[in-house]
Amino acid sequence: MSETALPQVSAGRGAVNVRGASLRAVYIIWYRDVLRYWRDRWRVGASLAQPLLYLVIFGTGLSSSLRGAGTFGNGGSSLSYQQFMFPGIMSMAVLFTAIFGAMSIVWDREFGFLKEVLVAPINRSAVAIGKTLGSTTQAMIQGLIILVLAPFVGVKLTPLLVLEVIPLTFALAFSLSALGVAVGSGIRSIQGFQMVMNFLMMPMFFLSGALFPLSRLPGWMTVLTRLDPAAYGVDPLRRVVLSGSGVPDFIVNGLAITLFGIRLNIAVEELILLGFGFILLAAAIRNFQVRD
Amino acid sequence: MRATRWKPSSHQSGMKTSSIEVHNLVKRYGEIEAVRGIDLEVQQGEIFGFLGPNGAGKSTTISILATLLKPTSGSASVAGLNVEEDPGGVRARIGLVFQDPSLDDQLTARENLEFHAYLYGLSSSIRRERIDEALAMVELTDRASSPVKTYSGGMKRRLEIARGVLHYPQVLFLDEPTLGLDPQTRARIWEYLHGLRRREAITIFMTTHYMDEAEFCDRIAIIDHGSIVALGTPDQLKAQVGGDIVTVTTDNNAVAAEEIRQMFELEPHVADGALRMEVEDGASFLPLLLRKLSIPVSTVSLSRPSLDTVFIKLTGRTIREEEAGNLDHLRSMASRWGGRRR
Repeated sequence: MSETALPQVSAGRGAVNVRGASLRAVYIIWYRDVLRYWRDRWRVGASLAQPLLYLVIFGTGLSSSLRGAGTFGNGGSSLSYQQFMFPGIMSMAVLFTAIFGAMSIVWDREFGFLKEVLVAPINRSAVAIGKTLGSTTQAMIQGLIILVLAPFVGVKLTPLLVLEVIPLTFALAFSLSALGVAVGSGIRSIQGFQMVMNFLMMPMFFLSGALFPLSRLPGWMTVLTRLDPAAYGVDPLRRVVLSGSGVPDFIVNGLAITLFGIRLNIAVEELILLGFGFILLAAAIRNFQVRD
Repeated sequence: MRATRWKPSSHQSGMKTSSIEVHNLVKRYGEIEAVRGIDLEVQQGEIFGFLGPNGAGKSTTISILATLLKPTSGSASVAGLNVEEDPGGVRARIGLVFQDPSLDDQLTARENLEFHAYLYGLSSSIRRERIDEALAMVELTDRASSPVKTYSGGMKRRLEIARGVLHYPQVLFLDEPTLGLDPQTRARIWEYLHGLRRREAITIFMTTHYMDEAEFCDRIAIIDHGSIVALGTPDQLKAQVGGDIVTVTTDNNAVAAEEIRQMFELEPHVADGALRMEVEDGASFLPLLLRKLSIPVSTVSLSRPSLDTVFIKLTGRTIREEEAGNLDHLRSMASRWGGRRR
């Protein structure tokens, strides 16, 4: 007999399968984030405005003033600034959405909804994982949407290129979402959220190599850029996108991140990026398991 | 077995089982002792009211029982499980309705319930049925597909109650379930709760600071400054006050009070420009009072003791209305500058 007939106190009642519930919980927490994102559809469209501003106004302005001062490939015009910054702008969309999405935890806490999740008979790690994946999904979509702007800045899209870009975008979105959840789960107020925006997200963006190459920087800044997880996501994306657009290999490789003088290949960069991601996810899980 | 059952009973085992047991529970926040050694026992199927002013320790106690807070010392068990040793087990067996709203108001009512159903591991075969049943119970079936942000305060609270019982908990905790609601809505919510208890022998543990609601409970504990100052049925508590309450207003309360003291050996309380006294038999006392007083009496009232009176007698204070919380303030701020998220 199932317990659907008459709800009376019975042995089976109230006995919830905790492990099964935790798997379902990851799914439903992810699903809620995606559903809310989908409901907020105008945001998806409006989110193109900022990258467009960067690409068109900032990009045009900077490349005009840099003209003659030597661009990226041996003084040649084989790589425009807009082409260069295009993968950076994709990463920007991923970074901002990932951190913002994960930070919705702060809102959930403020508005009480987080309590509903925290009193449920599920392992708290399910909350961290579900939230990270929800944010990853949103950030990935936001990043990939930027691809529609590719033809306007001289980036050639091929189906193969898109297939290569998807996993790279996923890795970046995942690691940054894990960062957002790790930070967001420790924040108790909306004021704290503003601090994170100003002192974490913007520095990460500037140091990621989205707007300028990381190869010819002063020493102190080089150190900071190598500590930025986003840097290990921007570079692979750029190399794949630029190679796919027919930019010569020697230029593309010249842009790569070096660590202790060694030029990293894409696989190593992705490993570092995902390493950051899993460590941050572990931190997020730990944060959720703390009880007052 | 749908028989109306007012008094708690345990038809299953034939003996009384306690749903909640609390022994010498203490919660300290640094210097502040929010809960100071509480003891109580709640029977299965009972509606137990936890009554007290703001900051008395009600919410802290509920949070401990719901495994959201760890006690500093003492022990508590809910549905037979210790809250510290098996928080997961306790969580699976309880439902919670919080004082502050905890719905996602971007989602519809049905989506909120679905979210809950997944969190509590309800299998897909019963999910839909349970949700329909819960929506019907609180009469929100028609509005199930509207986003919760379009709901009134009362509807939101009803939805939260539906959510709280969706997974058939053995114990339902309600923290101020009727706070800020109009009298009709409050009455409706009480109907649901009594109906629920009749059908399911569910134990309901609730806090309130509405004195009149406390009378709907089987038993009440009055808590003040972190300690229980009285515990019993509403009638038992009222009996502690003794007789009737006579309240009079006169042209000169000070003189009238002095006369009453001398002639009747009573000690009237002066409050809000009225004299208030407790007497054995109010109906026969009143004519006597009116005849003997030299000061003209302008109004007279006679009342049976209410829990209000009990509370005043036990704590020396009246229970004040809750002020608008900081959260409401924050909420309006957030919607001003962060409206795009909510």
